Amino acid sequence: MAKKNARAPYLRLTRPLVRDAGELRPATWAEALDRAADGFRRNVERHGPDAFGMFSCARATNEMNFVAQKFTRVVIGTNNVDSCNRTCHAPSVAGLAAAFGSGGGTSSYTEIEDTDLIVMWGSSAREAHPIFFQHVLKAIRRGARVFAVDPRRTSTARWADRWLGLNVGTDIPLANAIAREIIHAGLHNATFVERGTTGFEEFAESVEPWTLESAEQVTGVPAGAIRELAHAYARAERAQLCWTLGITEHHNATDNVRALINLALLTGHVGRYASGLNPLRGQNNVQGGGDMGAIPDRLAGFQDILDARVRERFGRAWGTEIQPRYGLNLTDMLAAMGEGRLTAAYIIGENPTQSEADAEHTVERLGRLDHLVVQDIFLTKTARMADVVLPASAAWCESDGTMTNSERRVQRVRKALAPPGEARDDIDILCELARRLGHDWHYDAAEDIWDEVRSLSPIHAGMSYSRLEELQGIQWPCYSEDRVEPSFLHSRLWETDAEARGRPAPFAVLRHSPPVDLLDEDFPLRLTTGRRLDSYNTGVQSSGFASPLRRGENIELSPEDARRLGVTPGEEVRVSSRRGTVTAPVFVDPALRPGLVFMTMHFPDEVDTNSLTIEATDPIAGTAEYKATAVRVEPLCRPVGGN
Amino acid sequence: MTGVPLAPPRRLVDVTVDGEAVRLPEGSTILDACPGTPTLCYGDTLTPKNACRICVVEVKGARTLVPACSRRVEPGMEIMTDTERVRHSRRLVLELLGSSTDLSTTPGAAEWSEEYGARPERFGPPGDASTDRDARHPGAHESPDGASAATVAQPAKVDNDLYVRDYEKCILCYKCVDACGEQWQNTFAIGVAGRGFDARISTEHAAPLPDSACVYCGNCIEVCPTGALSFKSEYDMRAEGTWDESRQDQTTTICTYCGVGCNLTLHVQDNEIVKVSSPHDNPVTHGNLCVKGRFGFQHVQNRTRG
Ligand code: SF4
Ligand code: SF4
Ligand code: FES
Repeated sequence: MAKKNARAPYLRLTRPLVRDAGELRPATWAEALDRAADGFRRNVERHGPDAFGMFSCARATNEMNFVAQKFTRVVIGTNNVDSCNRTCHAPSVAGLAAAFGSGGGTSSYTEIEDTDLIVMWGSSAREAHPIFFQHVLKAIRRGARVFAVDPRRTSTARWADRWLGLNVGTDIPLANAIAREIIHAGLHNATFVERGTTGFEEFAESVEPWTLESAEQVTGVPAGAIRELAHAYARAERAQLCWTLGITEHHNATDNVRALINLALLTGHVGRYASGLNPLRGQNNVQGGGDMGAIPDRLAGFQDILDARVRERFGRAWGTEIQPRYGLNLTDMLAAMGEGRLTAAYIIGENPTQSEADAEHTVERLGRLDHLVVQDIFLTKTARMADVVLPASAAWCESDGTMTNSERRVQRVRKALAPPGEARDDIDILCELARRLGHDWHYDAAEDIWDEVRSLSPIHAGMSYSRLEELQGIQWPCYSEDRVEPSFLHSRLWETDAEARGRPAPFAVLRHSPPVDLLDEDFPLRLTTGRRLDSYNTGVQSSGFASPLRRGENIELSPEDARRLGVTPGEEVRVSSRRGTVTAPVFVDPALRPGLVFMTMHFPDEVDTNSLTIEATDPIAGTAEYKATAVRVEPLCRPVGGN
Repeated sequence: MTGVPLAPPRRLVDVTVDGEAVRLPEGSTILDACPGTPTLCYGDTLTPKNACRICVVEVKGARTLVPACSRRVEPGMEIMTDTERVRHSRRLVLELLGSSTDLSTTPGAAEWSEEYGARPERFGPPGDASTDRDARHPGAHESPDGASAATVAQPAKVDNDLYVRDYEKCILCYKCVDACGEQWQNTFAIGVAGRGFDARISTEHAAPLPDSACVYCGNCIEVCPTGALSFKSEYDMRAEGTWDESRQDQTTTICTYCGVGCNLTLHVQDNEIVKVSSPHDNPVTHGNLCVKGRFGFQHVQNRTRG
C-alpha cells in the first residue's frame, strides 16, 4: 500500500517572487523589495499605520525579532506585532506576568535534577521536550517522585509514580480541589502566604465547593489520587510544577495557568532553589520573541507600553513616538483582516494558514488583504497566497545572533551554512525595506543589534556576546556585566522586609469553564491534539528528514472505542467536527481512555487536523482551544458484501 | 531557605607523575593528572566502565596496573605512565583489539599503535567475516584454528536512513549501552548479547532498529569511540571516498525544533551538514540530543530537486 503521508519534502526558496496577473513569478530583489515597500506605504497612507500587521517569527533570533518589532513601531508606527507564541504559550506568559510581573519560567533545568517532587501537568515532555525530560530522569534516578496529570497515559506518564488521567478541560476543578485539600489539611505554607501573596481568604473561599468527591465527578480522577497529589506536593521540601500545551491550548488557558500558579503560592514552591513553575516552550525562540518586544503590549525586557517613561526612553533612542496603546495580537489581527480594518500584513517565517485553528477561515481572511508579504525559507501554503515572497535564510544555522530557551537562557546562534541561491538574512531584508520607507537603517553585525537591546532592556544588560560565549549562555535577568543572578526567579517574595519583597503575588479566583465545543450525540468523542517525538508542528521542517519512526497522520482510538465503532487498525475512517471533515487511518492506542481520541497537526497537507479544531480563544491571551474538539468517527462506506 | 547551595570547597591533593609534582582537587582521577593518556572506553559524560584497560598506569606500591580513567588520586600517590610494564600492557591491548577489530576509524589508534609498537598482524591474517554473529548462542562459536586471527567482522547494519551500525569496528566498550540506558536516554534499546568472544552489542532478539525500541536520539553515536556507530551521511561519504575531516568546520548553534534550547555542533563540509554532535560540557544537553536535533537538519539543504 502506498504510504499516504510520503510527500516530497519542501524545497528551499532561492529567488524572490512577485504576483502578476494572479500568478507568482520570479523577480529581482530590487523589484520585489520595491513592491513590498510600495504596498506597505500605500496601505498606511490610505488607512493609517494600524492597518498594518507584523507576524514575527518565534524560530528566528532575538536580534531579528527585535528588528521586526522596531520596524513595526518605528517605520510603520503601530504596535500590531505578534508571533506564534499566541498559538501556544501566550497564556503562560500572561499568567506568570499577572502573578509575578514577568513572564518566564521561574526555575532552571539543573534545579529540576535537584528537586524532590515533579508534577508534569498537560505535558508529554518525554516526546515533546526530550532533553528537558533527561533532566527529569536524572531527578528520578536521584529519588524524586513524579506525578503526571494528563488525559492520555503518555510516555511521560509511564515514568511517573502516579498518573492522574483527567477529563479534557477540567484542569481548574482539579487544581482547585488540590488547593482545598491542602488548606483543609493545614498543609499550606502560612509564612509564605502571609508574606508573599494577597487574596488568600477569598481564594480559600472560592475553592470550598471543590471537595475531593465533587472534583472526582467532574475530572474523572479518583478522590484518593487527588488527595495524594495534594499532600505530596504540599509536604515536599522542594517541588516543581511543569506544564505544556495541555494547559495552554484552551479557551480559558490563562485561567488554567493561574490555577497552577495558585498551588505554588499556597505551598511556597516558588522563589526558592529547586522549587518553581516551568512552562516548557514549544519553539526554539518563542521565549525570546516575547522578551524582545515582538508582542503588542510590551517593549524589550517586558517593559509595558502603557508606561510613559518606558515609551519615552525607547522613543528617544529610536527618534520616534511610540503609540501609547496596545496593538492587536495575532488573533485580533486575523479578525481585523476579516473585517477589513487590517489591510497589509508582513509575515515572517510563520504559516498561519496551516497552524491556526479553523484553517479555512484563516485562508479566507488572509485572502481579503490588499497587500501580503511573506518572508520564509519555503513556499508554504501561506507564502503561496502572498503578493511578494522574500526568500530568507534559516535562522538557526544560516545567521548569527541569540535565542532564549525555556529556562530563560540566552544562547548564541552561529552561522554554519551559506543560504542557498539569492536567499538573504531576515535582518538585511528588514533593513532594505526600512530604507525604502525612509529610515536609513544599517547594522554591520548581529552583535550591534544585541548591544542596542542591552542598552534598552535592563534584564539583558549584562549579557555581552563574549560573556554568552564564555558562560555557555546566561539566564535573564542579568543586570550587569560583573555578576550573574540566581538561577531561579522571585526570591524577593520570601524577604522579611516588606519593601524588599515588592508587589506580592495575587491568588486568582477561578471558575470552571468546560470546553466550548460540547459533546453530544452527533459529536460524542473528545479529540485532543499533540506532538510526536520525531515531528514538529506543521511538518514543514521535520518532513525534510527520513524518520524511521514516522507513521504519518492517524486517528488514535482507545481499544474500546475501536471495537464499538467496528474499525480496525490501518482502516481509513471519516472524522468530522462541527467545522470540517477529514479522513485518516485508525491507530489503536491502549493509552487512551474510552471517549478520548488523538491526532497531531504534523501532516496538514495530507490530513488537515486544524480544519476540525475550534477557534474558541482565550480572551486574555488569544490562544485557541486546540485541545478540546468534539468529533464523530465513522467507518467509510464499505462495499456491499465486504467486511 | 532562599539560598543557593554551593558546592563545598574542594581540598587539594599532591601527587607525582613520572617524578613531577602535580596538585589537583580532591576527587580528581589519575587521568586528570595525566592528560594525553590513551583512552577508549572512558567517556567524559559517563561512569567509568574499566572495560578496555588501555589507560593503565603504574602506581607505586600497587600490585597491579591501575586504570587511570577511574582511579582517584590519593595524597602522595606516585604515578608512572611510561614504564615497560605500562608500555607492554598498552601494546597488548592494541594488538588484541587490532587483530580482531577494524580500528581504521578509531581516533588515536594508529598513533598509539606506532608509539607502543603494536603488531596485531603477528596473530596471523584476519579470519573470515561472520554472517551469524548476531545469532550465536553460547557455545555455538567454533574454536579458531590458529592459522588466522579470529575477528568480530560482520556486514555493517544499514537498516534505516539515519545511522549505521558497523560492528566489525566495535571494541565492546559498553558506552553506547550506558548512554542508551540508565545513564542518559533511558530507552534501553541495546544491550550486550552473547558471551566471551561472541559478546556483541545488539537489540532485543537482534531485531533491525526500526523494529526495536530505538528512538534515534543518536546519543550512542555521540559516545562511540571507534566509529562503529556513525551517521548514514558519514558512512555513505566514506564509502564514496568523499569524507574529509580536514575540510570540515564545526559550528555550535541552537536546535530549531523546540524551546529546550539544545546546543548543536554542526559538522559542515562543502556547505552541507554531514553530522551533528553536541558539546559534552553543555549545561542544557550534556552531549545528548533527540532525533530532531540530531538528524532533522536536511530541510535546510533541500536546495534543488535532486
Ligand atoms: S558500538 Fe561503539 S560505543 Fe558501542 S560498545 Fe561498540 S565501540 Fe563502544
Ligand atoms: S534536540 Fe530535541 S529536545 Fe533538544 S531542542 Fe532540539 S528538539 Fe528540543
Ligand atoms: S579508558 Fe580506562 S579502562 Fe578503558
